[in-house]
Amino acid sequence: MNSLSRRRFLKISGATIGVAAAGSAVLKGTQLLNRKKPSAGVETIPTFCDICFWKCGAIAYVNDGKLWKVEGNPDDPLSNGRLCPRGTGGVGAHYDPDRLKAPLIRKSVRGKEEWVEVTWDEAFTYIAEKMQKIKANYGPEAVALFSHGIGGNFFKHTLKAFGTPNIAAPSFAQCRGPRDVGFRLTFGEDVSSPERTDIKNAKCLVLIGSHLGENMHNTQVQEFAEAIENGASIIVVDPRFSVAASKAKHYLPIKPGTDLALLLAWMNVIVNEKLYDFEYVQKYGFGFEQFAASIQQYTPEWAYPETGIEPELIRETAREMARFKPATLVHPGRHVTWYGDDAQRSRAVAMLNALLGSWGRKGGFYTPVSMDVPSYPYPDYPKSAKGKVDNPDHKYPFAHETITTGIREATITGKPYPVKGWFVYATNLLHALPNEEETIKAIQNLDLLVVIDVIPSEIAGWADVVLPESVYLERHDDLNVEWFREPFVALRQPVVDSPHDQKPNWWMAKKLAEKLDLGHYYPWNDIEEYFEHRLKAAGLSYSELKKKGTIRGAKQPIYFDEGVPAEFPTPSGKIEFYSLQLQQAGFDPVPKYNRPAAGPPGYLRLLYGRAPVHSFSRTQSNRVLMDMMNENEVWINTNIAARFGLKSGDYVRLKNKDGVVSNRIKVKATERIRPDCAYMVHGFGHNAKGLTFAYGKGASDAQLLTRYITDPLMGGTASNMNFATMESEVA
Amino acid sequence: MARLGMVIDTKKCVGCMDCVVACKTENNVPEGYNKDWIVQETKGAFPTLTTEIRSERCNHCDNPPCVSCCPTGASHVHELGKVVLVTKNECIGCKACVASCPYDARFIHPDGYADKCTFCIHRVEKGLDPACVSVCPTHCMYFGDLDDPNSQVSRLLASRKNHSLMPEVGTQPRIFYLR
Repeated sequence: MNSLSRRRFLKISGATIGVAAAGSAVLKGTQLLNRKKPSAGVETIPTFCDICFWKCGAIAYVNDGKLWKVEGNPDDPLSNGRLCPRGTGGVGAHYDPDRLKAPLIRKSVRGKEEWVEVTWDEAFTYIAEKMQKIKANYGPEAVALFSHGIGGNFFKHTLKAFGTPNIAAPSFAQCRGPRDVGFRLTFGEDVSSPERTDIKNAKCLVLIGSHLGENMHNTQVQEFAEAIENGASIIVVDPRFSVAASKAKHYLPIKPGTDLALLLAWMNVIVNEKLYDFEYVQKYGFGFEQFAASIQQYTPEWAYPETGIEPELIRETAREMARFKPATLVHPGRHVTWYGDDAQRSRAVAMLNALLGSWGRKGGFYTPVSMDVPSYPYPDYPKSAKGKVDNPDHKYPFAHETITTGIREATITGKPYPVKGWFVYATNLLHALPNEEETIKAIQNLDLLVVIDVIPSEIAGWADVVLPESVYLERHDDLNVEWFREPFVALRQPVVDSPHDQKPNWWMAKKLAEKLDLGHYYPWNDIEEYFEHRLKAAGLSYSELKKKGTIRGAKQPIYFDEGVPAEFPTPSGKIEFYSLQLQQAGFDPVPKYNRPAAGPPGYLRLLYGRAPVHSFSRTQSNRVLMDMMNENEVWINTNIAARFGLKSGDYVRLKNKDGVVSNRIKVKATERIRPDCAYMVHGFGHNAKGLTFAYGKGASDAQLLTRYITDPLMGGTASNMNFATMESEVA
Repeated sequence: MARLGMVIDTKKCVGCMDCVVACKTENNVPEGYNKDWIVQETKGAFPTLTTEIRSERCNHCDNPPCVSCCPTGASHVHELGKVVLVTKNECIGCKACVASCPYDARFIHPDGYADKCTFCIHRVEKGLDPACVSVCPTHCMYFGDLDDPNSQVSRLLASRKNHSLMPEVGTQPRIFYLR
C-alpha cells in the first residue's frame, strides 16, 4: 500500500484535481445514475456522511428498498463506527419534504423566489449561453465559484476548464483561514482539516473558545471523551460556560476579544519562569531572544484588567500547561474569525504550542499522512491572464486561499475587474458571509447566479437558475483521500434513489462542461470509470472499496519521535518566534495586543456557535434533526434577564447597533454566560419561502452581523464585532 | 436470570443527543416524540459552576409503578433481563402508567398505546447493545447485567461514585450516572 511522503504532502497540500490529456465522451442519460432495484429485507451499503463536511465513514441500512438508518462504519478511522447525531439523523435529509425537486429558472425579480420548472437540458443551455456571453464580454475570470465540501470538486473542475481561477470557500475567510495563516507563519504548515490535533493523547488540553461537544466534529469529540477518560487536565477559556467548560479543571471566563492578552501573558510566565521546552526551542526555534524581549510587558498583572482573569489563575494554568509538555495541546480552534486580530492571535496560539514543544509530538500535533491515489489525468486548464480577483495587489499578503468576501467586493465595485457570474455550490452565502446587504448588492450586479443545492436556501432564493442536487445518500462523490493519523481512502456511493428529478453534482458538472464544449475535460462516461481509473493507478481495488466503503493503508510514523523529520517550511527553516516576513510586510513580527472596542451601554456582545444537531444553515429542514432542536435560543445571563424583565422561554427580538432587528427568538436565562454577552446557535432564522418547516423558527445571527473587521494579514472577516439589545416580543 | 441496566458516565457525556437520534431512527419513533432525552443540570453562580449532562430514559425499575398500575397487564416485566415492556395490543391507552412514572418516561403513541424505551430488546435478543449505547460517539454509556459482579456495569458502579434518579421514590431504578 502506497503512502505519500511528507515532502510530497508539503508540495501538494491544498491541490485539488490534477491535469493531463485525454479524449471526449458522451453521456447516456439516466442510466449513468445507476438506479437501484429495490431488494427485499435489510441491505447495508457503506458510504460516507455529508451532513457536515468531516466525511465520516457510514453504513446505510435499507429495508425493503426504503432508507431506514445510518450507522458509523467500524472500518473507517474518522467515525470509528460511530456517527455524530447529525450523521445518525442523515436519513432526514433524504426524506425532507422541502427538498429542491426539479431545475428552476427565475421568472420574476431576483429574490422573489418565483420560478419556472425546466428540464435539465433547458437549464444547462440557459446557463451555458449566459456563461459564453460573460466570457465574450469580460473573460472567463468573470465567473466565480463559491463551494463548500467534497461535492464541489467536479464543479471546480468544470469552472477551471472554463478558465476561471476565482474559486473560493467560506471555510477560509469566514472560518479557519486565520488559524492556518497563523500556523503557517510560525511552523510553515497549516493545521488543515481534519485538524492534526492529537487530542486523545494530550495530557493537558487547552480550548480557547473551542466548544468541542457542541461543535460536533466527530473524531475530535471522540478523542475529547478519550482525553477526559484518561484524566487529561482540561483548561477552557470562553465567555460562556460551554459543555467543554463543564469538563474543565480550570475554567477561565474571559472578557470577549481579549484572548491575545491572555496568550501573551501565558507566554510571559512560561518564558520568564523558564518553563518552556528548552531543548526543542533551542533546536528548532528562530528569533526566540527577540520574542522573549518583546513580551516582557505582558505580565499576568497587566493581563488581569484586560481579560478579567486573575493573575494567579493565569500563572497556575501556565504552569499546568508546562507540567504536561510536550503532551499539552493548545487547540488552534476552527471557526476563528472573531475580532480582527485573528491571524496574529492564532500565531500566538502556535507560538505557545512551540514553547511547549507540542508541534510534531505525541499529545500535541501529529504529522498527517495520506494514501497515494493519483489525480485523474485531465487536460491542462487554460491559464488565466488576469489572475485572481479577490485580493488585488496582494492587499492581504498572507492569504494563501481565495477570499470569498474579496470576490464579493470585486462583484460590487467591478475592480480589479468585473465579476458577472456566480456559481454557488452547497453553501448558503446569505448566512455564511457577514453583512447580507453587501451580498445582495453584489448579486444585483450579476448577469448569472446559479445555485446548486439540496434545499431551497436563502441564496437559492436569489438565483437565476437553481439546480437540485441528490443528497449524499443518493449519489457518488469524489473519493475521499484524507490527510489524517493514518492513510485511507473512502467512497461515497448511492444507497437509495433520489425521490424526484435531483441529480448528482458530477453529472451536472459534466453535462455543463459538454454544453460549454469542454466535454474533453471529462474523458470518462460514468463516475465509476473515474474511480476505477484512479484506484487502479493507486494499486487499489474498486470492488473492494465498494464493499468496504473505506480502505485503510499501513500506519506510518506521525511524530518526530517516531522518525518524522522535523522540518519547518518557513523562510528560516525553523519555528519562527520572530517573523521577518511579517516585519517586511509591515506587520508585528511578534503579536501585539490591541484592546477591542467596547459596545454601547445596554448592548450585549453578540457571540454565536454551533449545536451538535445542526450544520450551519443547512439542516433546519431535516425533520429528524429539527425534532432534536427546532429553534435556537439567545443565552443571556440571569442577572441581565432580570434587568430586562425577561425569563427563560420568553421571546425577544434582537436589535443591533445598526438598527437591524432579528426574527423572534426564545430567551435562555442562564448562569452559564458572562453578563456582557449574548450567545446564539448559528443557522436558524430562515426566511426562504421554500423552507416551509424551518421558516421563521429562531433568529439568524448572520442577519445581525452587519459589522465586521477584515484581518489585515489574510482578509478574514471578524464577526464578533456586533452588539445587540433586546426588545420584548409577545409570544 | 440477568437484570439489565445502564451506567452512564456524565464526565464523558457531551449532551450531543446522538442517543436520542439513534433511538428515533432505530425504533421509528414518530415525529414530535422521543424515548430518551438529554438533561443538563447546572448548579452555582457564574463563573463557579458545575453542569451535569445526562442521557435519560425509562429506568426499567426493579419496582416499576407503571407495571403495578396497569389494568390490563400490557405493562409487564419481560423475562429477558427484567426489562419493562408494553404489549401494545393489550394496551387500552388509559394513561395510568404515564401518570405513575416519576421520570415522565412514557407517552401515548399516535396509534393509541403507551410507549417508551425498550432497552432495544430486539437488539439485545441478538446480542447487540441498545441503539443509544452503540451510537454514542463519546462511549459514555454502558449496558449489561447488574447482577453479574464481573460485568462492566457492575465494575464501574463498584469503582466510581454514582447516583440514580429519585431513589427516594422507591422505584429502584436501574440506570446509574457516574459522577
